[in-house]
Amino acid sequence: MEVSLSINGEVRSFDVEPRTLLVHLLRDHAKLTGTHVACETSICGACTVLLDGQAVKSCTVLAVQADGCEVTTIEGFAEDGKLHPIQEQFWEKHGLQCGFCTPGMILTAYQLLERNPDPSEAEIRRGIDGNICRCTGYQHIVDAIQAAAVELGKK
Amino acid sequence: MIPSAFEYLRPETLEEAIRLLQENSEEAVLLAGGHSLIPILKARLAQPGILIDISRIPGLKGIGREDQALLIGGMTTHHEIESDPEVNEVCPLLAETASLIGDVQVRNRGTIGGSLSHADPAADYPATLIALDAEFVVTGPDGARSYRAENFFEGPFDTAMEENEILTSIIVPAPQGKIGGAYCKAAQQASGFAVCGVAVTVMLSDNGQIEFASIGITGVSASPYRASGVESALTGQAPTAETIEAAADRATEDIEPIEDLYGSAEFRGHLARVWTKRALEQAVKMAGS
Repeated sequence: MEVSLSINGEVRSFDVEPRTLLVHLLRDHAKLTGTHVACETSICGACTVLLDGQAVKSCTVLAVQADGCEVTTIEGFAEDGKLHPIQEQFWEKHGLQCGFCTPGMILTAYQLLERNPDPSEAEIRRGIDGNICRCTGYQHIVDAIQAAAVELGKK
Repeated sequence: MIPSAFEYLRPETLEEAIRLLQENSEEAVLLAGGHSLIPILKARLAQPGILIDISRIPGLKGIGREDQALLIGGMTTHHEIESDPEVNEVCPLLAETASLIGDVQVRNRGTIGGSLSHADPAADYPATLIALDAEFVVTGPDGARSYRAENFFEGPFDTAMEENEILTSIIVPAPQGKIGGAYCKAAQQASGFAVCGVAVTVMLSDNGQIEFASIGITGVSASPYRASGVESALTGQAPTAETIEAAADRATEDIEPIEDLYGSAEFRGHLARVWTKRALEQAVKMAGS
């Protein structure tokens, strides 16, 4: 089945089986492996991407459901080679250890800050509770998102 | 984890969707946001031959107002409900309930119609929609008809809907007056599903007595239910601590609490009584303020 979607601003078409999950289209067909696969059960959030601007778990979306939509993955998050302020603050505040959850965590953080530019610590923790860090580095992740909120607020 | 192969159809009208359902009733299932169905397909707990995606049918999505009621399209997402200004103003209990479902990624995709049709006995909406005395409108080959929320759920993952029917909208009455509402739940830690969820609506009369109380409970029994005993113990009474506590003790009258790895039947019964009391206290406080 033909699926056509915009990935990081570039419209691309793929011939996939209807049962193909969006995460596999991104990784195996579009060769964008920044989106990670971990639990495969809609829990961990490692596969989070933006679908028409909304954070979704791409292991729980069929590629055919994304037909005609815009997808943003971590590869499309930096602009003109410059890291997004959220990425910068994950770097600055050591918001990652092994890094496996990071792409999903950053895209969920983006969604959170877009809807709530000045979140409390509790709101941040609730906002990212669909993303699991198995290094348990949550404190630094929360710090990074708080710092990113400050940076984004200056713009 | 990859589902077994299926054919994917995306009708553009409700009529076409119903026709496709009729033509393929043996092997077709409806796909809305997919956040109940796709995990089931991946685990191969179901292997339907055809998926009919109804999420893009115009008119099935969105929130409107009709007199003293909210009209919510079945394909409206949990996020749209939690963030809608009108829902927050007219029926904050429903917005709050939607905001407590799963996580943000789930709420961005999952739909109210999909969730209700799936009829998970631990889902959040049923408690609240029973407490709000909502109506579910379903459309099938013979036209539309509606169910009261409390008559819709017939068991785990089972509803009163007939074959080839689609849950198209939810009508939520929004009575005026000294109304308070609350939804309190003890959640499974990983998924957020309710081990026990209690939704309460109360209306106080001008002299401060309880004019009516409406209570829906989810997660505790094989189906969400109306706690009629609690309601009748409150009607016409002053909302004192003693009255509320005595009423809440009747939360599991007439039902058999279920038992699973999240809690024994005894524990669930205990949760139902404690959370009913808490939800009542919150709702009464809100109604009086």
